Amino acid sequence: MANTHQVSFKLNGKAVEVSVEPRELLIHTLREKLAHTGPHIGCETSHCGACTVDMDGMSVKSCTVLTVQCAGSELLTVEGLEQGGVLHALQQAFHEEHGLQCGYCTPGMITRAYRLLKENPNPTEQDIRYGIAGNLCRCTGYQNIVKAVQSAARKLASTPASA
Amino acid sequence: MIPAGFDYHAPNSVADAIKLLGDLGPDARLLAGGHSLLPMMKLRFAQPAHLIDLGRIAELRGIAQVGDAIHIGAMTTEHELLHSALLAEKLPLLVDGAGWIADPQVRYKGTIGGDISHGDPGNDHPALMLALDASFVLRGPKGERVLKADGYFLGLYSTQLEDGEILAQIRIPIPAAGSGWSYQKLKRKTGDFATAATAVLLQMSGGKVAKVNIALTNAGPTALKARAAEDSLLGKPIDEASLGEAARLAMGICEPTPDQRGDAEYKLAMTGEMTRRALQAAHARAKS
Repeated sequence: MANTHQVSFKLNGKAVEVSVEPRELLIHTLREKLAHTGPHIGCETSHCGACTVDMDGMSVKSCTVLTVQCAGSELLTVEGLEQGGVLHALQQAFHEEHGLQCGYCTPGMITRAYRLLKENPNPTEQDIRYGIAGNLCRCTGYQNIVKAVQSAARKLASTPASA
Repeated sequence: MIPAGFDYHAPNSVADAIKLLGDLGPDARLLAGGHSLLPMMKLRFAQPAHLIDLGRIAELRGIAQVGDAIHIGAMTTEHELLHSALLAEKLPLLVDGAGWIADPQVRYKGTIGGDISHGDPGNDHPALMLALDASFVLRGPKGERVLKADGYFLGLYSTQLEDGEILAQIRIPIPAAGSGWSYQKLKRKTGDFATAATAVLLQMSGGKVAKVNIALTNAGPTALKARAAEDSLLGKPIDEASLGEAARLAMGICEPTPDQRGDAEYKLAMTGEMTRRALQAAHARAKS
């Protein structure tokens, strides 16, 4: 049973290769083998969304994905959103609108909101609340998070090249 | 929480997956979206020696109209159902139902076939399939067989899917034009299973019920088709009296399990209420 697989994928645009047992979960590979600690371990039961990363154009909870399932995938974590020292519009908006308090859920929130805005660049408040329903925040009551996503959507709409 | 060790297999075709299932025997489990199986494995409720990942089999995906039916590959995700223009036009009940399942992240990975095959009475697709008169295409070493959803669900985690078989496709007849539909689901919070839920597909004619399918989620060991409630409505208008009788008859077949979502009495009452609401909503959408 001590079998290992060599798994190659792209992480924030860079090719990586890891050696994993089939039972290894993506969140552990990212944090422990690839030193990407943006995705957080929260509930470990697919409820809280703190471990959310983007996989082949989907938001996924990396505590419930096997790393072997990621062979050939393109993964994006919160670390991959900043470009050339400039924060992504969502990161900037979460800062400006204070869309966080303790910050534990923030990387998952931002990564999820990134995909939400890719699919729906002009969401209503209801769209946003439905779209981030898989990400729990125990501090903010969500109000400032929703405002941050709305603010980022406006900014991205006015500068489409920065998306 | 990390699963116990297992061997991982990722075949590229249904034929290869069936061969693997046969070779590896009962210690092998199929991996679809993984959002039911992997949590069970993390909790060590399941410890398969082999996982056969269906995620790389292209022939198991996709939504298409074939004649007067819709064919859906078993590995089609909830997200794909939710955003399908074809389904929005032809099978809006299925889109409505998919939107109530889990949360966005889980819907990107979770599949219609996995939801149906798992046999959890809390899953939503079994009742939706009963309401939509669906059939399931099962493929195994002896070939292919097609079974009706009605009768497919045998009990808790138990379906007619036999060892060595794979659910490959779901076939759903396109409802008659003017049919009304609704899935009413009460749940405590995002991501939870239903406290109670009811799926309804309804045809009216001259102000009276011409045909109706009613199916219940999480009201017993498996999804339930509320036949007596259906029969009670035929030939009648949808009004307070007929709704009350249908809800009462639907409640009569329930065997809810008390849990943190409520005691049996509460769940029973909520099943009746979801049935009433689903019938009202379907009626509002139906053309007479």
